[in-house]
Amino acid sequence: MTAPLLGMRDIDKRFQGVKALSSASLEVAAGEIMALVGQNGAGKSTLIKVLTGAYRRDGGSIAFGGEPIDFASPHEAQRGGISTIYQEINLVPFRSVAENIFLGREHRRYGLLDWRRMNHQAAELLRRFAVELDVRRPLMGFSTAIQQMVAIARAVSFKARLVIMDEPTSSLDEREVAVLFDVMRQLRAEGVAVIFITHRLDELYQVCDRVTVMRDGRTVMTSLMAEVDKLHLIAAMLGRDLETVRAHATGFSATSAKAGEEVLSAEGLRIGRKVRDARVEVRTGQIVGLAGLLGSGRTEVARAVFGADPPDAGTIRLTGKEVTPREPADAIALGVGYCSEDRKADGIVPDMSVRENLTLGILPRLTQMGVVDEARQRAIVDRFMARLAIKAASVEQKIRELSGGNQQKVLLARWLCTDPKLLILDEPTRGIDVGAKAEIQSLIRELADQGLGVLMISSELEEIVEGADRVFVLSDGRTVADLPHTAASAPAIMAAMAHEDPAATGTANG
Amino acid sequence: MSAGTATPAAPSRQSSLAWAGQQRVLIALVLLILFGALRYDHFLGAYNVLSVLRYNSMFALTSLGMCFVIMTAGIDLSVGTTAACASVVSAVLSPVGLFPGLLGGLATGVAVGAINGFMVTRMKIQPFIATLSGMLMASGSGLLLAHNQSVSVSYETNFTWLGQGDLLGFPTPAWIAGLAYVYGSILLNFSSFGRYVLAIGGNEEAARLMGLPVDRVKFWTYVQSGVFASLAGVILAAQFGAGQPAEGVGWELFSIAAVVVGGTLLTGGVGSVATTLIGVLLLGLIFNVLNFENGLGWISLSAYWQSVVRGVFLMVVVMAGSGAARRAIRAA
Repeated sequence: MTAPLLGMRDIDKRFQGVKALSSASLEVAAGEIMALVGQNGAGKSTLIKVLTGAYRRDGGSIAFGGEPIDFASPHEAQRGGISTIYQEINLVPFRSVAENIFLGREHRRYGLLDWRRMNHQAAELLRRFAVELDVRRPLMGFSTAIQQMVAIARAVSFKARLVIMDEPTSSLDEREVAVLFDVMRQLRAEGVAVIFITHRLDELYQVCDRVTVMRDGRTVMTSLMAEVDKLHLIAAMLGRDLETVRAHATGFSATSAKAGEEVLSAEGLRIGRKVRDARVEVRTGQIVGLAGLLGSGRTEVARAVFGADPPDAGTIRLTGKEVTPREPADAIALGVGYCSEDRKADGIVPDMSVRENLTLGILPRLTQMGVVDEARQRAIVDRFMARLAIKAASVEQKIRELSGGNQQKVLLARWLCTDPKLLILDEPTRGIDVGAKAEIQSLIRELADQGLGVLMISSELEEIVEGADRVFVLSDGRTVADLPHTAASAPAIMAAMAHEDPAATGTANG
Repeated sequence: MSAGTATPAAPSRQSSLAWAGQQRVLIALVLLILFGALRYDHFLGAYNVLSVLRYNSMFALTSLGMCFVIMTAGIDLSVGTTAACASVVSAVLSPVGLFPGLLGGLATGVAVGAINGFMVTRMKIQPFIATLSGMLMASGSGLLLAHNQSVSVSYETNFTWLGQGDLLGFPTPAWIAGLAYVYGSILLNFSSFGRYVLAIGGNEEAARLMGLPVDRVKFWTYVQSGVFASLAGVILAAQFGAGQPAEGVGWELFSIAAVVVGGTLLTGGVGSVATTLIGVLLLGLIFNVLNFENGLGWISLSAYWQSVVRGVFLMVVVMAGSGAARRAIRAA
């Protein structure tokens, strides 16, 4: 191999004496897609932040294009040819696509903005990635995938020689991911290097040339993608024996057959334009999977059942009562809990402690004469911290300081202490590292075995195939399949997702 | 991503930084008092201390109500004119007696607060705009009722005791404000209402999905703010012997400043009642110190210059506070 485009060697970084990186190394060649994987807290983000100048390193050297570099800020790194695309898109939603691409270095003519030239160039740039759209329209009108493309186009237009993508696929559906991968291949063909961070291991094999694995602040393995299989990759990330990993691909064990009485039955749901005719049913002791591509209406169905966005039509029966919850409080009163897909945006209250986040929902029960009974609150918190093995420095630690897996456990505990009959889990393991993921999955199984009804939305087929006792498949806002565990194989679910409803084409604009 | 798992030492250090940030205000207050005490003869004299307390208790009340509203990530621009309007209403009712005057004033606050709360929670108008219109309504009502002039209160009843009286050697308004802060502190720290206020300010959508009564809580913070503002208005009328329809200008800004200096975030979710009181005292004492400075006769600062000095001081305190906050966030 020729001299690499990027060479990071023996990088050390400490935070208050705690080592976040210890002699981590990363090499990326021009025209190469390098995967960077590792559990949460393995140091991937820290390594990237050291590279882009968001953090100062404590030791080691960085060379880029043969020159030693030391960027003081991500802005400087960008000018130096390194662009980063974050999970959360850092663009201005109200402004047009073209404006977003040229923000900060607008073309001018006679001192005024040269809109024609900017719009033209923006359209040209996007066309390179096979994206055709009206660049004068505000960015927020487009899907997340398109917004992602715009972010990439912006990065490329900075003449980036290295593009870092931090979990760009986490909010994309499979078709959109495919488009993104085409863009990455296009970048590679143009000689641009890409560092690709993702939690979805399957994706690595589709686009990446090499992979670097991080664990505990070290880079523990670098290999050609073709020379390492998924199990070895997971083993390297976890630092465990291959045998323990092989036992189960997910934390779900064999499913239990006992399904009790009905806790949820929804039929003929119609919600806005996204859901046209959805049906779903959950019984006690059952995990019901709700599968479908992103945009198929999964989350909308969940929110409707929970009363967060009431449906336009259809019937909902909760614990035997025919009701249409108008507010989450209505559904909660009937014993329903909902862990939303986006923990940060509508799950946790970041500045509150673990104790408070856990008990917010049951405060009225812990209140006497308007004052919260702290002793009882502590007892409940301690019980659930132990039961779900929540790791925090103390119950008074702010929840935003916890890892994703522990945050998710606190949110689960928040509902469990309300003693629900039905728990709706929207992507319960998204963005959570492999170890904690298996833990949460087996916890869900355990809860179902104890009689809880679970409605689980997941984009990961394995999770649905292995975890669910029954699977409903949504496609384009309709329930197109209702499969028992035995029939719910990955091919069967994918076939159902691909199903095209003949009626849908006729009423698509209705 | 690396925050939680990689650096277990961060949390305690971070909260101690936040603690230091809070203490900054207290330290600034102590330094200002020390400065005054060493420089001016009668600074810590009973007369000065009691009159500072008597006067600033009005701002303490408006700031307390404001503090809760801001913690829900809202704002209440109407506190000043609500106080003005309430001072007129209570002055008009003062001949009937202390309690009719007091209750009439408070009813004004309930009304303005309820209108604000209704606009914010039912009509989904942004708090800034909703309370701006509440501000204009209260101002107009007060001026109409008072025919654009101050309304003398009755000295026949004991109404003026509310502003001019003493209880156990302390000014009545100081007692009222003190009790209000004890109530506010308990409400914020030990009641579910207080926890809901912070949860809503911290993440409103999460609070809604948890089934918390988001709209109800927000509504009551506006009503509460109206009540405290009108209480300040009653004290205003009682203290100066007249309902003042044109008073209260800029009180909302003083209150917002005090709340912010006290470490409450304008974005909601983080805040404290006790440090709000410190913020009020800090801003109030700066005026006091400047008055003493004028009294020494070496310099003579006009009211305009005092305003400039106060602005600079506010900037310095907020910068010091936000510096601490920024470092705390970077550490995460």
